[in-house]
Amino acid sequence: MSLSLLILVGVLFSVGTYLLMERSLTRVALGVGVLGNAVNLLIVAAGSRPDEAPIIGRSGELTDPLPQALVLTAIVIGFALLSFVLALAWRNWSITENDEVEDDLEDRIVARRAEKNSKRGDVPHHEDVEQ
Amino acid sequence: MTTLMSLPVLGPLIAAAVMLFLRRLSAQRFVSFMTLGVSLVASATTFVNIWDDGVIRVVRMSGWPGSFAITLVADRLAATMVLVATIVVTIVLAYATGQRAPDERSSFYHPVYMVMTAGISQAFLAGDLFNLFVAFEILLMASYVLLTLEGTNEQVRAGTTYVVLNILESMVLLMAIGLVFAATGTVSMAELPARLAELPDGVRMGLQLLLLVAFGIKAAVFPLFFWLPDSYPTAPSSVSAVFAGLLTKVGVYCLIRTQTLLFPGELGNVVIVIGAATMLVGVLGAISHRDMKRILSFQIVSSIGYMLFGLGIGGSAAIAATIFYLIHHIPVKTSLFLVEGIVARDSGSSSPDVVSGMARRSPILAVLFLVPALSLAGLPPFSGFLAKFAIVRAGVVDAQWVGIVVALVVSLLTLVSMVKIWVGVFWGDVEPAAKVSTVGVLRHQRLMGVSTGMIVALSLAIAVAAGPLYEFATLAAEQLLDVAGYVNAVRSA
Repeated sequence: MSLSLLILVGVLFSVGTYLLMERSLTRVALGVGVLGNAVNLLIVAAGSRPDEAPIIGRSGELTDPLPQALVLTAIVIGFALLSFVLALAWRNWSITENDEVEDDLEDRIVARRAEKNSKRGDVPHHEDVEQ
Repeated sequence: MTTLMSLPVLGPLIAAAVMLFLRRLSAQRFVSFMTLGVSLVASATTFVNIWDDGVIRVVRMSGWPGSFAITLVADRLAATMVLVATIVVTIVLAYATGQRAPDERSSFYHPVYMVMTAGISQAFLAGDLFNLFVAFEILLMASYVLLTLEGTNEQVRAGTTYVVLNILESMVLLMAIGLVFAATGTVSMAELPARLAELPDGVRMGLQLLLLVAFGIKAAVFPLFFWLPDSYPTAPSSVSAVFAGLLTKVGVYCLIRTQTLLFPGELGNVVIVIGAATMLVGVLGAISHRDMKRILSFQIVSSIGYMLFGLGIGGSAAIAATIFYLIHHIPVKTSLFLVEGIVARDSGSSSPDVVSGMARRSPILAVLFLVPALSLAGLPPFSGFLAKFAIVRAGVVDAQWVGIVVALVVSLLTLVSMVKIWVGVFWGDVEPAAKVSTVGVLRHQRLMGVSTGMIVALSLAIAVAAGPLYEFATLAAEQLLDVAGYVNAVRSA
C-alpha cells in the first residue's frame, strides 16, 4: 500500500465530506463524486501493492484481480448515483429557481415557533404548531 | 432447486428490462403480476423445502467456481424474508393498480417497482458483502425514483435529503467492505467469520462499527434516523407502504447477519443502548406530531428499536423474538400505510385538520385501521403483543431491566400516538366538507380495500399461527447462531 495514495484518499475524503455538507445541490453532487472516488481509491489501495498488475501473462508478481473488479462495479454505481443527484438538482432548480436544499419540515416548524415566541414572548402551545 | 431460488432476483430484473419496451400500461401490469406470481411460487417452494429439512441452500450463479461466483445463500431466515417480501410487494402492487393514481400510470413505475423487488430479494439472499452492496444499490436506486416520481416540490425537497443520506450510507458500506477486504482478503460471508476472528481486537471492532453505521443508517437507527420521518410521508401511500414495510427491514436483516454471522455476540451492549434510544426517540417523535403519515413514520423508528434491543441481548431466545417481531411488523406497518392511503384518496388528505369521523363513514375502514394499530401498540391477542412479549421475556432472562422499562413505556406511548390518529381521523363527527355518507374509495376502487384487507388478514394469520411460527423463528435463530453450519454449507456446495 503506498503512502501517497493513502494521503490522496484522505484528502479526497475530507473534501468530499465538506462538499456534502454544503447547502448548494451542485456542490453536494460534486461531493458525491469526490467521495465516491475516495472510496474507489481506498479499495484499490487496500487490495494491491504498487508495481503489480492484475494482468495474466505479465512476468513477476501478480496482484489480486478481485478488488479491481469490485472497483469497476463501484465506479458504474457511483456514476449512476451522481447522474441521479444531478437530475434531482436540475429538477429542484426548475421548480424553485435556486440551487439550495430547503429546510425540512421540522426546521420550519421550529423556526416558525421561534418567530412567534419572539413576537409574543410567551411559551408556545401545541396549537401554535401547524403542520 | 437452484433456478427456483434465484427466480425472485432474476425474474423481476428480466421483467423490468422487457417492460421498458412495453409502453402500454395494461401490458406492463400483466408482466408485473405474472413475474410476481412466478416469484411467489418460487419463494414459497424454497421456503417449504427449507422448513422441512433446514438444510442451507446455496446457488453459485452461472456455475462459476468458489470465490468467483455470485453466491446466493438461503437459510431459514433468508427464505422466510424473501417469501414475506414477495407477498407484501404483490399485494401492494395490486393496491397501487386499484388506486388509479398518476404515479402508477407512469411508464416507469412498473419497471422500477420490479427492480426494487429484485434488489430486496437479492439483499436477503446475498452470500458475500459486495453482492449485498450491489443489492442495496439496486433497491436504493429504485427507491429514489419511486420517491420522486411525481417530481413535486415537496418530493424533490424530501427526496434530496433521502438520496444524499443514502448515498452517504452506500459510501460508508463500500468503505467498510474495502477495509474488510484489506484486512481479510475476502468478502465471502462464509470465509469471513474465521478470518475476522484472527484479526486484532481493535481492527475487528473498527470494521464492525463501520458496518453497524452503514446498516444503521439504512435501518433508521438513533441517531441516524432523521431522514426517514422526513422523506417517507412525501411519497405516494402505495410507495411509502413498501418502504415502511420492507426497506428498513432490509437494514435490520443485515444488522442481524452482522451480529450473528460476522461478529457473533460482540458489542451487544452498544446495540442494546442504541435500541433503547431508538425506541424512545421514535415514539416521542410520533407523539409530538399530528399528521397521520408522520406519526406512522416515527413509529417505524421506534419499532426498529425493539428489534435492535432483542438483537443486542443475543442468544437463541432473543434472536428468535427479534425474527418474530421482524416478520410480524412487515404486514402490520404496510397495512397502516395502505389505510392511510385510502383515507387520503377519499378526502384528499389524511391530516386530522381536514378529516374526521372516518369510523362513522366507513366502519370497515375503521376496523382495517384498528386491528394493525392495536397490534403495533402490543395489545393482546394480536401479533404485536406476542412479539413484544417475546422480546421482553428475553430481556427478563438477561436481566436488562432498564431496557424492559423503556420497552414497556414506549409500548404505552405507541398506543397514545395511535389514539391520536384514532381520535383525530376516525372518531368524532363527519367533517362538513364530506359529500358522501360512506367512503367512496372502498365502493369504487374495491381493489384498494381488498388488498388492504388481505394484508390485515396476513397479520391476523401471524397471530393465529403464532405457536408454529415462533417455533420456526426459534429454529431460524438457532441456525443463525450456528456459524460453523453456515460456513460448511457454503463451502461444500
